Amino acid sequence: MATRSKEQRESPPAGIPMHTQDTAALLRELVAHLRQNRTELREEWARRITRAQLLTAMTEEEIFAEATSVYDNYVEALETGTFEALQAYARNLSERIIPRGVETHEVLGIVLLLRDVLARSLFGKYQEDFDKLNRILDAYEPAANRIANTVAVGFVQERERIIRQQQEAIRELSTPVLQVRERLLILPIIGVIDPQRARQLTEQLLQAIRTNRAKVVVIDITGVAAMDSNVANHLVQTVEASRLLGATVIVTGLSPEIAQTLVTIGVDLSEMATVGDLQGGIEEAERLLGYKVLPLEELTPKA
Amino acid sequence: MDVPILKQGHFLIASIQSALSDADLSQLREKLIERVGRFRARGVIVDVTALDVMDSFAVRTLRDIAHMARLRGAETVIVGIQPEVAFAMVQLGLTLKGISTALDLEEGLAFLNQHTQGRLDEKGERGRIERG
Repeated sequence: MATRSKEQRESPPAGIPMHTQDTAALLRELVAHLRQNRTELREEWARRITRAQLLTAMTEEEIFAEATSVYDNYVEALETGTFEALQAYARNLSERIIPRGVETHEVLGIVLLLRDVLARSLFGKYQEDFDKLNRILDAYEPAANRIANTVAVGFVQERERIIRQQQEAIRELSTPVLQVRERLLILPIIGVIDPQRARQLTEQLLQAIRTNRAKVVVIDITGVAAMDSNVANHLVQTVEASRLLGATVIVTGLSPEIAQTLVTIGVDLSEMATVGDLQGGIEEAERLLGYKVLPLEELTPKA
Repeated sequence: MDVPILKQGHFLIASIQSALSDADLSQLREKLIERVGRFRARGVIVDVTALDVMDSFAVRTLRDIAHMARLRGAETVIVGIQPEVAFAMVQLGLTLKGISTALDLEEGLAFLNQHTQGRLDEKGERGRIERG
């Protein structure tokens, strides 16, 4: 191998893009160099990370440990030319460090630092042979840039994934469907209802009706400040869809303002059962289900 | 696609197994209405659990079945509408107004038992009314 790469090295003039095979040979040489100087380069890198005040959320030992793994993965990606392992590692790393408040510029910063440290060491090694240095850099730079890219993209994707997950969680939290009695659900709605939320709310309610085998649902809108015809229509649709699943819906907590608006804009809520407040709604639901709540004193004499 | 119609006590149960063409639906309607009379059924349950689409023709047919069965003396319950189907139906404005619905077969039977109980009690047991 060594002899062949030497022969090839002599043939093409400097500065002209290498053959793939030649690039591979150069990369192999590069990887050998990086493996040989693993300890020093790694330490140098960790030092520079600390000096640049990156990854301040992590201790020096942690930085060193991560630096070691990143270094090894980096060299491996250079060697194999495949980025799957590195991608997986980048995702895994991001998963671990994002909760600790590591920022995008820090991750990008450390990968670029590593690139610089390695390039610097190459300058040192090949300073006698400028022509070879050029060719080594030709092989090194695209691969290094691609690695930096992969890691940064992995980090950003992971962040985006977390943000999406949190948005999802917030949306779900905002519309809890609760079971208060066997076959009785309540759905307290708080805040603004936009079309997307209305849709999600209906879907969640219908699923809950099915899984809890609910017969009666109380939708409490005490926490809804305002209602327009769109929201009112969504509500009517929700009531209708629930009925198709065999559940009766009682709407409670219509504020005086909402009642006035609804009548003024002429929304037809005649199909909907409404009760003043949540307590009344639950009592009505219990009546429909055949429950009767009695004070304990009324029960004790019989017992 | 033939829809089996089972007799369970005073009730008929039509359990739809797969997507039905318009012709199948019409045939189901005719068969059910005919059997309501033949078996002197008090209630009809149409189980649509297996349907993941419900178009306007299907909804109209179900409504027709309910109205026709009522004219023949039987109450109809549609059971097993899937949540997604229900949502799609209300968005299309197909709402089965005035027709009873229930979560599943079990609920449907409970509903019919409750709603036909009074009438059966008034008239007594079926067997005694029948003349030889």
